[in-house]
Amino acid sequence: MSTTTAPGAMAAKPAAGGWLHLVVIWAVLISAPAWMGYIGGYDALASQVLIFGLAAMGLNLLLGFTGVMSFGHAAYFGLGAYGAGFVLRYWVHSTPLAILCGILLGTVAGVTFGALMMRRTGIYFAMLTIAFAQICYYIAYSWNSVTGGYDGLRGFSRAPLHLGSYVIDIRGNGTLFYYFVLFVFAICTGLMGLLLRSPLGRTMIALRENSQRARFLGIPVEQHVWIAFILSTFFTSVAGALYALLNNFADPTALYYVISGNIVIMAVLGGMLSFWGPLLGAAVFVVLENEISSMTVNWMSFIGVIFVAVVLFFPRGLLGFLRRRSA
Amino acid sequence: MTLLEVHGVTKTFGSLVAVNNVDLTVAPGELRAIIGPNGAGKTTFFNLITGFFPPSSGQIMLDGKDITRATAVQRIGMGMARTFQITQIFPELTTRENIQIAAETAMGLRLRPWIGRAERAAVAERVDESLVASRLTEQANRLVGELSHGDQRSAEIAMALALKPRILLLDEPTAGMGEQETFQVAGLIRRLHKHTGYTIMLVEHDMRVVFNLADRIMVLTEGTLLAEGTPQEISENPAVQAAYLGTAA
Repeated sequence: MSTTTAPGAMAAKPAAGGWLHLVVIWAVLISAPAWMGYIGGYDALASQVLIFGLAAMGLNLLLGFTGVMSFGHAAYFGLGAYGAGFVLRYWVHSTPLAILCGILLGTVAGVTFGALMMRRTGIYFAMLTIAFAQICYYIAYSWNSVTGGYDGLRGFSRAPLHLGSYVIDIRGNGTLFYYFVLFVFAICTGLMGLLLRSPLGRTMIALRENSQRARFLGIPVEQHVWIAFILSTFFTSVAGALYALLNNFADPTALYYVISGNIVIMAVLGGMLSFWGPLLGAAVFVVLENEISSMTVNWMSFIGVIFVAVVLFFPRGLLGFLRRRSA
Repeated sequence: MTLLEVHGVTKTFGSLVAVNNVDLTVAPGELRAIIGPNGAGKTTFFNLITGFFPPSSGQIMLDGKDITRATAVQRIGMGMARTFQITQIFPELTTRENIQIAAETAMGLRLRPWIGRAERAAVAERVDESLVASRLTEQANRLVGELSHGDQRSAEIAMALALKPRILLLDEPTAGMGEQETFQVAGLIRRLHKHTGYTIMLVEHDMRVVFNLADRIMVLTEGTLLAEGTPQEISENPAVQAAYLGTAA
C-alpha cells in the first residue's frame, strides 16, 4: 500500500505542498469570471458553485470531520434563504442585515434541533435530521401569508453595499455579485480552516476517529456533537442566505430533502475527508446539472452513475483520488 | 490511606450476575492486578470502576468522594484514566496529535476555537513528556494506525498519561501481543510504577506479567472475589490453584 503524506484528518493543514494547492484554488476562484465564458459558464453559475460549495463544506464539518451524518441540511440552507428574504421583503433594504438574519434563523434552528437530537446516534440521528427538515419544509409550504407558500417568497432584491460613502452596486452586476459571494466564502472557509486547527476542531476529528476513546479522554461526546452540528448549520445557513440573494427569491424547494441529498452527494463526490473536496463536488454537480439538464430531464441519472462510480472506485472522493495520484 | 475504594459492588445483566458483591481498596502508589479465568467478570468490574456503566448496587469511592453515579467523563475529570482491551486510538492521526487531544482536554481547552502561543507551548510540553515516558518520541509524527501493535498500546497509555491521572486503569494491556511486544508494554508499566510512582490497576491474562509487576493481586471467579494478596500469597493459595488448574482444593 502506498502511504500518503496527506491523510484525511490533516487535509486542513497546509503540509508539504499545501500552500501550493491553496494558491491554485484561490487563483482559479478569483479568475473564474475571466475564463468560464469560454467553457459555457456564466457569473450566476459560478456563484452557485461557491454557494453550494460552502453549503457542502459546512455539512462536511459534521459529515467528514466529526463523522456524524445529516440528511437534513436543506433545513438550514433554506432557513438561511428565507431569513435573508424576510429582511429584504418585510424589513430593511440591506444585504449585510439580510445575511445576518439568514444566519441567525438557520443557526437558531440548528441549536434547537441539535439539542433535541444530540443524544441519538447513527441512523436515529440521521432520521431525525430528515424529520426536522421536512417540518421546516411543510411550514414554509403552508404558511402562505408569510412565506408565499408554494410560490415562494418573491418581491425582494439584494441591496447595494455601502462601505462608508463608497457604494458597491451588486444588484444587476453578476460579476460583482460573484466577487461578493467569493468574499463571504473566503471568510467562511478561513474560519473553518482555523476551527479545524484549534482544540475544538481536534475534538471533532477525535469523535470521527473513535468516539469511545474521546469519551474516555474526558470529552463529553453529546455536547461536542451538538457544537459540531451548530457550527455546521451556521456555515450552511450562510450559503442559504447567499442563495436567496443570488436568485432574489426563496422557495420551499430550498428546504426540501432533495437539496439535503444533493449537498451530501456533493460532499461525498468531492471527498469528505478533504477540506476542499466538497467544493470540487459542488462544482462537478452544479456544472453537470447545468450542462446535462439542457439536453435531458434525466440529468440526475447521470449524476447518479458518476456518484456510484466515485463511491465504488474512489471512496475518498475525487479530490482524495487526485491527491493520492500526486502523492 | 486509600485512593480507590469499592464496597460490595454488584452488576447484573438480566438474570446473569456478572459481578457479585466485590470489595477492593487500592492505596496510592500501588500496582494492583485483577486476574481470573475467562468470564470471571474482570472486565465488567473494571468497567464499573471507570464508569462505562453504573453498578446495580454497591459503592465506589475515589479519594474519599462517592463516584458511584458519576459519568465516565466526570470520573476522568477527577483523575481516572483508562485503556481498553482492544486498543482505542485515533488511527488516522499522528501519535503526537493523539496525545495532544488528550492533553488539550485535560487542560480544559477542549471547547476553545483558538489557542494562544503560551497555551500551545504548555500543551506541547505535556505531549513531549508523555512521548518521552512512553518512548515514542521517534514515532511522534507517524500515523498511529501504522505503528506496531506494541507501539499502539504504548501510544494509548501515553494518551492516558497526558491526562496526568491519579490512577491509571489498564484493561489487559498485553492482550494479543507477541513476546517482544509484551516485554515492551510490561516494561513501560513497570517504569511508570517504579520510577514515576503511578497508581495502577490492571486486568491481565499473562501470569508472568502479573506476578512480575503487581504489588497485590485480586482473583475473581464467577463474579466473586476468590482471593486477595501479594503475588507470593496468591501463588500459594490452594483455592486459586484449583480455579486455575482445575485440581481439587
